Amino acid sequence: MTLTVNDLRVEFDGFVAIDGVSLTLEPGRLHFLIGPNGAGKTTLVDALTGLAKGSGEARYRTRDLLALASHRITRLGVGRTFQTATVFEELSVLQNLDIAAGVHRARWRLMLPRRGTPEQVAEVLETVGLTKLADRPAGVLSHGQKQWLEIGMLLVQDSSVMLLDEPVAGMSAEEREETGELLRRISPERTVVVIEHDMDFVRRFADIVTVLHAGKVIAEGTAAAIREDAEVQRVYLGDTVAAVTETTGEDA
Amino acid sequence: MSMTRIYPYVGWLLLALALLVLAPAVLSDFRLGLLAKYCCYAIAAVGIGLAWGRGGMLVLGQGLYFGIGAYAMAMHLKLADAGPGGVPDFMALYGDATVPGWWEPLRNGGLALVVILVLPALVAGLLGLAVFKRRIKGAYFAILSQALAAAFAILLVGQVKTTGGANGLNNFQGFFGYALFDPANKRMLYFLAAGILLISILAMAWLYRTRFGELLVAVRDGEERVRFLGTDPANVKLAAYVIAAVLASIGGALFVPIAGIVSPDDVGVVASIGLLAGVALGGRASLLGPAVGALLIGYAETSLSEAFPGSWSYFQGALFVLVILLLPGGLAQLLGMVGRLNVRRGNSVDDHSPRGVPRGKQGETEVPRSASEEAAAR
Repeated sequence: MTLTVNDLRVEFDGFVAIDGVSLTLEPGRLHFLIGPNGAGKTTLVDALTGLAKGSGEARYRTRDLLALASHRITRLGVGRTFQTATVFEELSVLQNLDIAAGVHRARWRLMLPRRGTPEQVAEVLETVGLTKLADRPAGVLSHGQKQWLEIGMLLVQDSSVMLLDEPVAGMSAEEREETGELLRRISPERTVVVIEHDMDFVRRFADIVTVLHAGKVIAEGTAAAIREDAEVQRVYLGDTVAAVTETTGEDA
Repeated sequence: MSMTRIYPYVGWLLLALALLVLAPAVLSDFRLGLLAKYCCYAIAAVGIGLAWGRGGMLVLGQGLYFGIGAYAMAMHLKLADAGPGGVPDFMALYGDATVPGWWEPLRNGGLALVVILVLPALVAGLLGLAVFKRRIKGAYFAILSQALAAAFAILLVGQVKTTGGANGLNNFQGFFGYALFDPANKRMLYFLAAGILLISILAMAWLYRTRFGELLVAVRDGEERVRFLGTDPANVKLAAYVIAAVLASIGGALFVPIAGIVSPDDVGVVASIGLLAGVALGGRASLLGPAVGALLIGYAETSLSEAFPGSWSYFQGALFVLVILLLPGGLAQLLGMVGRLNVRRGNSVDDHSPRGVPRGKQGETEVPRSASEEAAAR
């Protein structure tokens, strides 16, 4: 299901964080959002998930997300993760996923205990590779595993739009690789949007990249096209352009 | 059923034996009456365990709901004593010897019971809706709830003609047809209070096992995260708060025939904190902790007051400070430490199934808990 953002504006006390962003987020491709610090990437996700008030329009199915409360946006199928993985540390991995799966259960079933592992939860445990850790408290997971658990929580909700805020930040090289593969596996049936800083990761996994700068979209295209874009090089890569050229060099 | 699930029930069974078999066998009627009073506090404490321990809501003013139940019951008993169409004694003394209209419905015993169960739910529901939907939490919520208990007590003091004012309501003769001076009926009241306490603990055991129980812990530890999983945490907190209010009201209603009096002192700020102290002592997030803590606090209050008259509030204050400093998880945490020693001795336990284990201070390093420790903590 396509999520269409139209002329989105977010203002905090006169500071314009998002300044008229229009975007089309389509299913079936890994869509990366990049941009220097303060470009408005996280704010964009916040606005789409009810955490920040925005004006304009974010059309999904027949609804405007900007007018909905956070929990309703989730119920509509638009899920998100946070930069610092936020899982319920004292609950087990299984319980974390089971609570996320609750969106599809009738309310009255809250009054019953969980019996065993729901099928859907078992599948997701397998997908994110946490089956062996299912009964461990989420608090003991490594940083990377927590991010996978968060992604798993969205999967178990069967979110058709997933907005992931820097899911690979702080991960080891192998973890990044695995996460990239995981995102690739799950993206064909849904809209996956990833905020990322690591250009190497973007280059390897992005189907499409949108570059934000000072609250505006300054470029959109494939990773290769973005790398060649003069505007992007000027405003965003200004001081890191050398680093990017370096990685490109290695690649050649 | 795994051992982790059985342990709390073993604890419950021990408590049931102590309350229903041991205590009636060894205690004098007078002491049993006191224990009955502690059971009433403990019923309210069980609710506080749910709201505070599992739900993270610092309910500093449960005296309000304890008071609603207590006064509803007291009013009914006064009316019943006065007989059909009669006027309670104190009204003739202070007022113009007419029964106010809002007293009348309580003349009916069944209706009085309905009021005891429904009125606190309504008040807590409306209050909770206003508070939780606006995302008022933490200290603000605690202050608000305490202010309400204080306001309620002040209101009662001001209404000498209709609520007995600072003296409260007392001198009850009967309880639903049973004469209250009869020792046999006093024992019956004890069994009633102990029984309801045990049932309410069982109800919590069930609730903690349900998905609601898990969700409540999730809301306590990550309210905002729950929002982004598609559930409005306000509804979850509301449900726990309402259940806690009803339990407090039941405790208050039983308190009246057992103590023989209810006054604004039993519902105000000090009384509310007294309820909380037991929960903190026992372990707020554990299953048995709140009830056992409340019983212990009640016992300590009586025996210390007998030994050192007038000293109780100092002891209570000191106890509060000590528990918060040294044992944030309450006595349940102490049992947990014993469990940890067992594990060190080599009883390896692989089954990790944390279910709302007692939480230490925020920011404290969380050590993965073993199953046995966890069970002991409950």
